[in-house]
Amino acid sequence: MFAYIVRRLLYAIPILIGVNLLTFTLFFVVNSPDDMAVSQLGEKYVTPEAIDAWKRKNGYDKPLFVNAEATGAGAFTDTIFFTKSLKLFAFDFGRSESGRDITTDVSTRMWPSLAVALPSFVIGIWVNICVALMVVMFRATALDRWAVFVFVALMSISYLFYIIGGQYLVAKSWMLVPISGYDPEFQPWKFLILPVLVSVISGIGSGARWYRTLFLEEAGQDYVRTARAKGASEISILFKHILPNALIPILTGVVVLIPTLFMGSLLIESFFGIPGLGSYMLDAIRSQDFAIVRSMVFIGSILYIIGLILTDISYTWADPRVRLS
Amino acid sequence: MPTAYRDNSGFTKHLGVALLLLSTALAGCGGPPWNDPNPSFEDDLLTYNSVMSPAPPKHLDPATSYASDESLFLFQIYEPPMGYHFLKRPYELEPLGVEDFPQVTYLDADGAEVAEDDPAVAYTRYTLTVREDERYQPHPAFAVDDAGQPLYLFDDAAEGSRFSQITDFPETGDRPVRANDYVYAIKRLADPLIGSPMLGFMAQHIVGMAELSEQLAEVERPEGWLDLDDFAMEGLEVVDERTFTITINGRYPQFVYWLAMHFFSPIAPEVDRFYHNPGFADRNLTLDWWPVGSGPYMMVKNDPNSEIILERNPNFREDYYPDEGEPGDAEKGLLDDAGKRLPFIDRAVFRLEKEVLPLWTKFLQGYYDRSGEVHGNTNGVFDQAFVVGPDGVEMSAELADHDITMSPDVKPAIYYYGFNMRDPVVGGYTEERRKLRQALQIAFNTEEYINIFYKGNGIAAQNPIPPGIPGHLEGEQGINPYVYDWVDGEPVRKSLDHARKLLAEAGYPNGRDARTGEPLKIFIDVQSQAISNTSMNWMDRIFGELGVQVEYRPADWNRTREKLLTGNTQIYSHGWLADYPDPENFLFLLYGPESPLICECDGANNSSYDNPEYDELFRQVRVLPPGPERDKLVARMVELFRRDAVWLFAYYPKDIYLNNSWVDNTKRHGIWKGTLKYLNIDAEQRARKQVEWNQPVTWPLYAGAALVIALLLPGVIAYRRRQNATARGPVE
Repeated sequence: MFAYIVRRLLYAIPILIGVNLLTFTLFFVVNSPDDMAVSQLGEKYVTPEAIDAWKRKNGYDKPLFVNAEATGAGAFTDTIFFTKSLKLFAFDFGRSESGRDITTDVSTRMWPSLAVALPSFVIGIWVNICVALMVVMFRATALDRWAVFVFVALMSISYLFYIIGGQYLVAKSWMLVPISGYDPEFQPWKFLILPVLVSVISGIGSGARWYRTLFLEEAGQDYVRTARAKGASEISILFKHILPNALIPILTGVVVLIPTLFMGSLLIESFFGIPGLGSYMLDAIRSQDFAIVRSMVFIGSILYIIGLILTDISYTWADPRVRLS
Repeated sequence: MPTAYRDNSGFTKHLGVALLLLSTALAGCGGPPWNDPNPSFEDDLLTYNSVMSPAPPKHLDPATSYASDESLFLFQIYEPPMGYHFLKRPYELEPLGVEDFPQVTYLDADGAEVAEDDPAVAYTRYTLTVREDERYQPHPAFAVDDAGQPLYLFDDAAEGSRFSQITDFPETGDRPVRANDYVYAIKRLADPLIGSPMLGFMAQHIVGMAELSEQLAEVERPEGWLDLDDFAMEGLEVVDERTFTITINGRYPQFVYWLAMHFFSPIAPEVDRFYHNPGFADRNLTLDWWPVGSGPYMMVKNDPNSEIILERNPNFREDYYPDEGEPGDAEKGLLDDAGKRLPFIDRAVFRLEKEVLPLWTKFLQGYYDRSGEVHGNTNGVFDQAFVVGPDGVEMSAELADHDITMSPDVKPAIYYYGFNMRDPVVGGYTEERRKLRQALQIAFNTEEYINIFYKGNGIAAQNPIPPGIPGHLEGEQGINPYVYDWVDGEPVRKSLDHARKLLAEAGYPNGRDARTGEPLKIFIDVQSQAISNTSMNWMDRIFGELGVQVEYRPADWNRTREKLLTGNTQIYSHGWLADYPDPENFLFLLYGPESPLICECDGANNSSYDNPEYDELFRQVRVLPPGPERDKLVARMVELFRRDAVWLFAYYPKDIYLNNSWVDNTKRHGIWKGTLKYLNIDAEQRARKQVEWNQPVTWPLYAGAALVIALLLPGVIAYRRRQNATARGPVE
């Protein structure tokens, strides 16, 4: 397994270079360094000198990929791509366009993201599995059909509706929890109840429906009939027989997400005022802060790759027949 | 025991316990609100709860910041030489960090003093004397050891690595503000590495700034801090510990207004050196994030991700609430605190709110004292708060029940759609072209536009100078006679028939070119985010009444800016927020040499209006002191602007800020943001109202619990029945 992990990690290097190159190209197709300077300098007294000074100060006064004026390796190293993007491989994220240290910001903001994402993730999976198993227990009945109808309805509702509706009802009309905010030192749980609730409820439709499909497939298998014939209770059949056997596809969709929980959620964090990495990314896109965008895309790529490796590893735990080689 | 016969009665027992616990929890209702988002501080300082929205400040270095969201903080922390009177209108300058108005002397090319009106005037010198009691806030940069040496100067990053916040430093110090601090701050503007947006503009005015900037661009920078005291700047002189002079080229009376901007706030060199400690920037310990000033407040927490907290500066000088204002202020209670020591509030918490619904809800729940600081009613949710009644904008019943008060704020700003005067269709200075533009001006019903799209929160502009600025005239004498008539004491837009007549005289009868028969089509360049389908439909309709077709060219700001710089527009949208309350700061929007096509720069005259008489008048207005002679010239320039119909339409934006009933002295100042020190709060009333308005509604919790049970119970019953069933049927 060790050789497999090492090999997968090595595969990650060209993937990360590709992601970096793509992000860089896409960003600079849309924005020239001059555009970025104008965005950062505002709309008044933006002289060409001010633009040049901003580019010089922030290292955008170099060519994008090839520096024809430099000699030797400098032709490639003395470029925006090398100085801004390739340094990420040394985890040198540098500073945002507004001058803040990105590493400090990321390490600070990942915790609020995790505080929302982790309970949402754990409770969400647990609820979805339980609901799906319950529906499977009553398969081919009116309850099953109604449940599928409700799942589809829940899936069809926009995520924004859950957020705004939740805020309007729970926080504004019923005044049960604060409508937004986050304070790690001051009863943080009361700020987390609503975003977690919204995340969980909004995920039930798609999650439970997907799991129901997986469980139904297993429910028709011979080993289930055998277990039932041996007198096992329905609860025992669902949780001890069907669930473990349906784990592989569940793990495929779930484990890959675990590392990315640090990245937070764009919408939830923005609407609930959670100072996490999701809103960090969103703000960076809005303000055309390429330094933050490229760092976040890089971190996201790494976490996703780690998630994929963890998924593979989890298969060996879920199904002893699987061997990584 | 076979599984099918297990006893499941435990479930009912557990359900009962859960319900009992829930009921016990809910029995506590009637106490403090559950939804209070504000932390309760352990001290009893008078705290103001406010908001920064929609984004945190990016820069808090007074040399680099140039955004109103940032000024909100900078003007509480720094004291530039000049400020504004809180209550008086038109806006009135007053000394802030200095003892008195600057002493102005005029010099000839040899530096000899000459009279103000002497044609030989080559320079103007401003002499300023720092207040004796002006003193910096306590800060670790001023902390010294027994030998008088700075306590926190480190040789390497590891030494200072234990400090990540300003509050981590156990020792602080302070000292009086000196004349050299102001001089040092101006030299920082010249440093190209700092990147002040003022550099290009100020280098044209302050003697020696351009040269110093060039020198600093070439200098070999040491590791860490570059002491700007080592560099001289010709236009700056420290006369003594409290007196300094600034010399500018020629005459520029408006320069005194610039002295009221934060760019000229004092910066202590030791503070600059402190923030250049190795490794500090990696932990965001910079002047850009931790400002250090002598104003009424100091920053004690800067977490741009969630909140910024200011607290009273214990070293703030003696300052008192004004005892006079404009007519009507006394009746509004704005002079009730006259003569009292400032500031009133001990602490101000600004929480980040990116979305409108939470901000608005917290304000209505009483958790924010005011509805905002920088951006007023500029969105849909706030619009729900207002209704347009016969007397203009009124509050909805919900707000009126809360005794919420309104603070209207007509900023010294103007938004407009301008014609490109070089355009072959709508541009030019012939009578026909003027009539064409005037016809379009009449058709564009600005009042209707403001009522529909801004809920009435704006004022149709009759000239480029907004209210509160000299040169803006109200009443009959202030109307644009080419577009309005004065009827029964109010301006009435000329009729569409008149517009059609003008259009026909311009060569477009019924909106068609008299020569070719082709319909007249106009092109409007707009910023994508600043226009909606609804407003485009509205414009289609109003121009359609003249038979004129419209095509829109939406683009982002960068692309729009490119078009403006190259003159590749026909009609464009733009806006201007004044830096200072002088007509010159608006009339320059039409000054010929300010055209981007002439100056080949980011000029402000995007219409490329080119009128020699206007330009000559502008040159005179720029150097004349306020007075009747200047007013006359301004009036003539406004007349030229109206006659030539340079802009399609314009309006002065009007924001409305809302205040909860316990907040006093909420008058908005359109130019200056240093008004936090005047705010007063009745904390007892606030606490009472918060409890009254936020009693939780608990029935949904019971209903939710009942719903879950209702969903689970049939399943449980069915499950039990199935478990108990035999091959022949259920067990009885």
